Amino acid sequence: MASGELTSGAYIKHHLQNLTYGKFPDGHWGFAENAIEAKEMGFMAFHVDTLGFSFILGALFLFLFAQAAKRASIDAPSGFQNFVESVIDFIDENVRGSFNGKNPLVAPLALTTFIWIMLMNTMDLVPVDWLPVLAQKIGAGIFGIDPHHVFLKVVPTTDPNMTFGMSIGIFLLILYYSVREKGLGSFIGELTLHPFGKWMLPANLFLEGVNLLAKPVSLALRLFGNMYAGEMIFILIALLPFWIQWSLSLPWAIFHILIVLLQAFIFMTLVVVYMDMAHQKEH
Amino acid sequence: MNINLTLVGETIMFAMFVWFCMKFIWPPLVEAMAARKKSIEDGLQAAERGKEEHAQAQKNAGELLASTKNQAADIIANADKQANVMIDNAKGAASEEADKIKAHAKAELDQEIVKARNELKGQVSTLVMQGVNSVLEKEVDAKTHKDMLSKLSKSL
Repeated sequence: MASGELTSGAYIKHHLQNLTYGKFPDGHWGFAENAIEAKEMGFMAFHVDTLGFSFILGALFLFLFAQAAKRASIDAPSGFQNFVESVIDFIDENVRGSFNGKNPLVAPLALTTFIWIMLMNTMDLVPVDWLPVLAQKIGAGIFGIDPHHVFLKVVPTTDPNMTFGMSIGIFLLILYYSVREKGLGSFIGELTLHPFGKWMLPANLFLEGVNLLAKPVSLALRLFGNMYAGEMIFILIALLPFWIQWSLSLPWAIFHILIVLLQAFIFMTLVVVYMDMAHQKEH
Repeated sequence: MNINLTLVGETIMFAMFVWFCMKFIWPPLVEAMAARKKSIEDGLQAAERGKEEHAQAQKNAGELLASTKNQAADIIANADKQANVMIDNAKGAASEEADKIKAHAKAELDQEIVKARNELKGQVSTLVMQGVNSVLEKEVDAKTHKDMLSKLSKSL
């Protein structure tokens, strides 16, 4: 719990507000001092915390794995190298299992989504107040900002911008590979001539269109919903008296480890399956 | 919870990360792992082959040993036979030689005997003549008696 003067509602709201840098309605750019200002900025704004944490975690993943890739040799691996290779093996097995086409992009795509999402989800296990309070201390102490105006949301995957950002990338890949592999005509045919034949074309287009759009939407919302709910429960637990918090936060954190891994795995598996569907020549 | 430019930023970031992973991380790791797998497989195969070769070599060595043993036995048997033949031959030659030497010696001996006898005869006749001479002294015509006696000695 941050400070005594805060009500529970304000505490929760404060925790759910991103650090937003954007264009104010009067035209100048700056950090939003509260949720209303952030909302007024509309689309012309950045969630600095989401972008920052996701970048740091993604870069960390790439840095560590690049080190392992540099040291990869025919000799027996040891330590971290071993871990990296077992992850590669795991991803490779999954991709081989559900992807039948030939595309050098799919396996690295699956690896990146899996590890990146897992790392971002893992941020949920950092106690909810540590980083936001640290940010408030830094903001107030160094930059002289009112601590109530310093927001920090540490789990990028609880931001729909993050999850939709990824799923839109996936959606673009689905469209690109569908057209490239099946050919434009065949792809349009797939969208319009199934499942009822050509006399029911509008109904087909509607069903297949929903089917197509549901892929990125379900990907993004599933991940976002799970992580947001988990984060919310951590915040609610943090409202309890400090001496009782551990009895709830510990079991929830242990359970959450499962969700962290499971959501990353589900996202990765679905990405591979969607890629496979995009590469299938015959419907 | 507002949808804003973060969405675009994250999409771009995602694309960059995937590109980096595809370019610099996935291929070297997978290649190294495949190469290791292959080398291990090769090693196992070589070991298997070595084992087979070893068994084959052992079998060959056994066969070779058996045939060599047989050959050696044959050779020994042959040598035995040959040795017997040689001994027999040597025996024959030796007994022949011995017979020859014996015959030669006998011939020599016979000659000696004849010679000795002749000498003895001469000596006996001379002795007789001397005896008769000394007994009869005068009445003997040495020449006539000598002829008689030498006739006599020849008939002995």
